[in-house]
Amino acid sequence: MPDHPVAARAAPAGLARAAPMLRVAEREARVWVRFWPTALLTGVMMPLLFLGAMGVGLGGLVDESQGSVEGVSYLVFVAPGILAATALQAASGNSLWPVMAGIKWVRSFHAAAATPVSPGQVYGGWLAWIATRQVMNATLFVAIAALLGAVPSAWGVLAVPAAALGGLAFAAPLTAYSAGRDSDLSFPVIMRIAVVPMFLFSGTFFPVDRLPDWLEPLARLTPLWHAVELCRGATTGSLSPAAAAGHTAYLAAVVALGCWWGVRTFRSRLAA
Amino acid sequence: MSARPHAAGTPTGGPTHTASDTATGSPGGDGALVQAKALTKRFGGYVAVDSIDFSVRRGEVFGFLGPNGAGKTTTMRMIACVSPVTDGELRVLGMDPSHDGAAIRARLGVVPQDDNLDTELTVWDNLLIYGRYFGLPVAEIRERAAELLHFARLDDRRDSRVDPLSGGMKRRLIIARGLINRPDLLLLDEPTTGLDPQARHLLWERLYRLKRDGVTLVLTTHYMDEAEQLCDRLVIMDEGRIVAEGSPRELIDRYSTREVVELRFAAAEQQDAAVPRLDSLGDRVEPVADRVLVYTAHGDGTVARLGERDVHPDSVLVRRSSLEDVFLRLTGRSLDE
Repeated sequence: MPDHPVAARAAPAGLARAAPMLRVAEREARVWVRFWPTALLTGVMMPLLFLGAMGVGLGGLVDESQGSVEGVSYLVFVAPGILAATALQAASGNSLWPVMAGIKWVRSFHAAAATPVSPGQVYGGWLAWIATRQVMNATLFVAIAALLGAVPSAWGVLAVPAAALGGLAFAAPLTAYSAGRDSDLSFPVIMRIAVVPMFLFSGTFFPVDRLPDWLEPLARLTPLWHAVELCRGATTGSLSPAAAAGHTAYLAAVVALGCWWGVRTFRSRLAA
Repeated sequence: MSARPHAAGTPTGGPTHTASDTATGSPGGDGALVQAKALTKRFGGYVAVDSIDFSVRRGEVFGFLGPNGAGKTTTMRMIACVSPVTDGELRVLGMDPSHDGAAIRARLGVVPQDDNLDTELTVWDNLLIYGRYFGLPVAEIRERAAELLHFARLDDRRDSRVDPLSGGMKRRLIIARGLINRPDLLLLDEPTTGLDPQARHLLWERLYRLKRDGVTLVLTTHYMDEAEQLCDRLVIMDEGRIVAEGSPRELIDRYSTREVVELRFAAAEQQDAAVPRLDSLGDRVEPVADRVLVYTAHGDGTVARLGERDVHPDSVLVRRSSLEDVFLRLTGRSLDE
């Protein structure tokens, strides 16, 4: 890999590094405000539909036959799972095709990199905006879920940052991956063999100990399982501080690795 | 500096405040805005730019002329601080791109070869957001964008989306966008490639206007007419090297004759047969794919003597030498290959 001193030494201090990043996020925000009602609605509609169908509909059946899942009603059990899983889905949607557009199709990332904004800052600003949207969606969802009685604990407010962190654990590496590709051929494959299975089997809709023995450890390795555990721990108020710290550290490590990869990839794509 | 240009003043505004900026930026002693010595760019084993020297002076239009793949765009990307220098020395606005990339980019305007306008946004928002990348206050951008839309003749397209604009309009918008920060130096990579003749002429006219306002322009082109029209000084590039440097007039005087006689023949065999008979008729005889070029000081005199050599072409054209002839002379190939 070539060395890229330009981007590496451009920004002198922390604050000066953050300001250009925020302008990249600002661009996304200015696009977003043109259709924010639609964006917000679609961002929250999906999880709410799941919450209605699975939590209330299917949950009625589950509670009748099982009494409870892990000591809580199925609605309470599944709500944080849906929160974390839709954060994953939104993050993947934001990190595949739109990134290819910025790098190759519209080349808007190149336009930004011709200004004082460095390639690493383009990447950082993009992630910052994804995180912002994650927080907005999660806040709305948690509020509505609480109204429906799906959030028994006041710790539930922490499910918002937990979901956003989980979303970033996908967005950071996936954006890096997408930026390095020359076509979007692999994207549908990623959705099918990585995103959808994770969505379904990472403790989202049922506890991972129901999985076959050989699959359970694998499920516990996915970032989504850690995100689900964190969110569920928050909404039910049942997670020990040690376990919470462990899940947070795991997700933070994935985000950090993704960022390292992302900055490298953006440099090689935008300043080679 | 928030000093805004007078309402009737130049939309470019570059030179009005750059003199003091540059004093602090302390460029090379000779006042060069760009200075390259043995500048080299390699991608793996491939040498894209092979040890070139050049300098760009304040207020001039400087061109890189050459065929595709000559290394023009790579050179431009190094000047624009989006491509690290492999070897040699490069100073832009008196600074080193490897240390001060962001500071240099803050004072450049860049017009890339591929349109990278934001198609999700309106014309106006494209200018607004680009200005924000430079950290300009929104109020200042608004004022500036209005001037620039007028300059780019896009006033009535302010709220239009970018997609439906014509190629010429998009180019003018990108140039306007590149001027949003009142750059000291505007870099244009193949500014008129892909445009129809009318759109090209309007664009040239706008670039003249910038030049007259004192903006320093650096452009690449593979159109010799563009280079001749716009450039005060240019270098001719071929296979990563600079093969000649000077004003268009100097280059033509140095490497070509005053006039050229172009002879076209009905068939290739007739052309092949005629070439030996043209020997010594002009200073130089150059057979190319579909015609023979005779380089001479007096075209009409040469044409008058075709009969005595028993040469009877289908058509005869006498014209002045151009940069195309210079390129052919220097590389043995024509510019468009």
